[in-house]
Amino acid sequence: MPSQVNTGLATLSDQLILATVLLYLVAMIGYALELAFGRVRTASAAKREPVAVGAAVGASSSGSSASAEVQPDAETPREPEPEAWAIKAGGVAVVLTWIAWAGNLAGILTRGIAVDRWPWANMYEFVVAICFAAVTAFLVLMTRQPIRFLGAFVALTAALGLGFAVLFLHVQAGPVMPALHSYWIAIHVTAAIVASGLFILAGVCAILYLVRNDSRASVLPSRRDLERITHRAIVISFPIWTFAVIAGAMWADRAWGRYWGWDPKEVWAFITWVAYAAYLHARATAGWRGKAAIIVSLVAFACLLFNLIGVNIFFSGLHSYADVPN
Amino acid sequence: MTVPPDTETTGTPEASVAIESAPKEPPRPVGLGVVGWLRWGWRTLTSMRTALILLFLFALGSVPGSIFPQRGVDPDKVAQYFQNSPTEAEWLDRFQLFDVFTAPWYAAVYLLLFVSLAGCVLPRMLVHFREIRRKPPAAPRNLLRLPYGEAFEGDLTVEQAAAKLRRRRFRVVTGPDWVAAEKGYLRETGNLLFHVALLALLFAVGAGGLYGYRGNVLVVEGDGFANTVAAYDRFMPGQRVSAESLTPFSFTLKDFQASYVGAGEKMGQPLDYSAKLSVQDTPSSPPRDVDLKVNDPLDVNGTLTYLIGHGYAPTFKVTDGNGQVAFDGPVPCLVDDQATYTSECVIKVPDAHPSQLGFVARFLPSTVPNGSAWVSVFPAAVNPTVQIIGSFHGDLGLDSGQPQSVYVLDTDKLKPLGKMSATPPPPLALGETRDLPDGAGKIQFTGVKEWITLQTTHDPGRLPALVAAAAAVLGLVFSLMIRRRRVWVRITDRKVTVGGLTRTEGDVGGFSEEFAELVSLLRDPQDSPAPQAGAAPVEPSTGPDQE
Ligand code: HEM
Repeated sequence: MPSQVNTGLATLSDQLILATVLLYLVAMIGYALELAFGRVRTASAAKREPVAVGAAVGASSSGSSASAEVQPDAETPREPEPEAWAIKAGGVAVVLTWIAWAGNLAGILTRGIAVDRWPWANMYEFVVAICFAAVTAFLVLMTRQPIRFLGAFVALTAALGLGFAVLFLHVQAGPVMPALHSYWIAIHVTAAIVASGLFILAGVCAILYLVRNDSRASVLPSRRDLERITHRAIVISFPIWTFAVIAGAMWADRAWGRYWGWDPKEVWAFITWVAYAAYLHARATAGWRGKAAIIVSLVAFACLLFNLIGVNIFFSGLHSYADVPN
Repeated sequence: MTVPPDTETTGTPEASVAIESAPKEPPRPVGLGVVGWLRWGWRTLTSMRTALILLFLFALGSVPGSIFPQRGVDPDKVAQYFQNSPTEAEWLDRFQLFDVFTAPWYAAVYLLLFVSLAGCVLPRMLVHFREIRRKPPAAPRNLLRLPYGEAFEGDLTVEQAAAKLRRRRFRVVTGPDWVAAEKGYLRETGNLLFHVALLALLFAVGAGGLYGYRGNVLVVEGDGFANTVAAYDRFMPGQRVSAESLTPFSFTLKDFQASYVGAGEKMGQPLDYSAKLSVQDTPSSPPRDVDLKVNDPLDVNGTLTYLIGHGYAPTFKVTDGNGQVAFDGPVPCLVDDQATYTSECVIKVPDAHPSQLGFVARFLPSTVPNGSAWVSVFPAAVNPTVQIIGSFHGDLGLDSGQPQSVYVLDTDKLKPLGKMSATPPPPLALGETRDLPDGAGKIQFTGVKEWITLQTTHDPGRLPALVAAAAAVLGLVFSLMIRRRRVWVRITDRKVTVGGLTRTEGDVGGFSEEFAELVSLLRDPQDSPAPQAGAAPVEPSTGPDQE
């Protein structure tokens, strides 16, 4: 089996990822400026109707996302007029995020072409892809929901994740272990990446929920909005995660001689699944709302992160992508 | 007027969709007999809260399974644990923490969970079957008090409204001046499908465990294997597997090839493994050639054979003190270092005379000198050598009747040949012979073969498990993405009021968009399915929705 690597493209990929980190950081600053000097949401604003619905009913379903965020609040009296330049900074940040997103995508694609395989077969590539998925989830959701306030936190998370990958996980582009020669990588890992990206978005919102104090004015939206976004992201990603786990079992059936064998990765994927199922149950049937449900979602998020990172560091298992360079 | 759509709908009496409410905690029986207690126990067990607690316990219970080595996964690591910290290991073993997933306490949790699940899903299914056939309830008195409400004036008739809603796949009933419509039954159907699929999954996994088997075997190039219990190095049958029920296939390992990255940061990383087999599906069928690879098992009528591992089996020729050839063949060596395939070998020569011989050796596939020692730098057999580290004579202890590992030399009754030197002797190159001290004979390194380890599994539950899992995902998607909603229309003297209700919280995308769309559909006279002669011109709405 040939093992040629297009080193030129591989280097380009590394540079693109570096540039992406910087762009995410700059975008984060833009978002942060808007948060700091833009509109402040007063305690009363927190009680107003969720913006998403107001916008959708008022202006049919075709409102542009960026303006939808501003409109309803413009009508709210008592709020000081936000600094125009601050709003502009937010807009610039959105554009920067899209550019960084494209850079992130290009970095992934060039690496994939350089090694002629799916570009998520080791920890470095996996983390880069998850950051990409989280930003994608944010950008896509932003076209339908006024969630620009999340930008600073998503961009920061992505920059930190990518930076961590570049500094501590980077390995030269190259061929993979025989166990990874399978079309299942396209199915199982892609699903895991997409679900993880959405879970990260939900996790960011859940943390903001705990930070937000509804009785005080804040740059953040109300707790209820934060909770809604958290829930929505989890509702979308839970079936994808379920599918990822099942696809993993089907791959294990091809590669390891059994579809389920309580490998550490399998155990923690299962624990994560149960934890998110418990969150959905707590809301849907036990009727938990607010802080209690948010904390369950964060427990689940902690399980997810432990599965993505901790399991690779602390346990040795059959997942051969999980080698952490030392 | 648009009432905040996110309002919880539980306050509206009409809103209570009975099946979706969780069972309340059962009242504690006071002075009830056995039957009462049983009933209370059953209701407690099948309550949502108990299920949630069991769910958490289930997840929590599998944590130690990831922390401690498991016998079913890696028995060698468990043995190592016992060696390194015997007291701790004994305590862990007392709580079955090396066999978490087969432990009775773990089984207790998941059996309770699934009884609880069955106990709540089956009655819910009955309710749902009735629900599916029930007509949507009549319109409540004040539609504008519902979470979604709107009023306008127009020439809409009850029939037109009903037809419009029907075309949107609503289930519709009409009254003298009202229309009631409901949609989204698939949500509960999906939810039930999901839960039933989980039950089916458990049964499939259980059946696979009972009626399936797993076996491991090591095969050296040139050797064969026939699928019988005795041929396995390790055989793990389910309770219901008899020796006769094994698929009677056999094969010979003709050749094994591994390729590795030759240079760079990833030098030595495996690229591809391939085992060339000659397989006979039944003793009488003609042999066929199979290229066994990772991710591509051999399938003989549903019995699957997987390539799991590989290593080296150098061949030796040992001539004893009497000048007789006492051993001539391959010796499988255990891989000591995956990066370079430096391997540990034990050569036992029970047929040597005057006394039995035993050797401990190290196999180096790509040997280079390193100071006064020799090391392997690459996993492929580029420059293979064997270092004889220890030579012994005496009693190998094979006659004691106790099973012995072929990888361990029991030196209890063995004496070293000659003087043990502090530094290991130079390695033997391919074909080289070394004389043994004290006239005990000689040993020749004659060649290099490779071995592979295979796992054979037969699991009749895997296909049902897959079907169940797929059904679970499908049910999950329906149950999470579909919204159950009701819409009512009341028409009195050209005044049309529309009310809407969704019980489901946590759907994707709000109901408000759909409701607004439905209202405009109802308002649109152009869209009347039953075209009416001289439809009145559209009147600008004066309803309170105009803000
Ligand atoms: C006795 C045990 C159980 C009961 C009584 C129960 C009951 C329910 C009920 C009433 C719902 C809500 C349906 C709806 O919102 O329309 C639900 C949803 C769900 N259940 Fe269960 N369930 C049980 C066990 C389980 C188990 C063991 C799992 C998985 C491990 C599970 C996974 C789910 C999921 C993922 C949902 C969707 C949550 C949602 O609708 O937001 N359930 N269950």
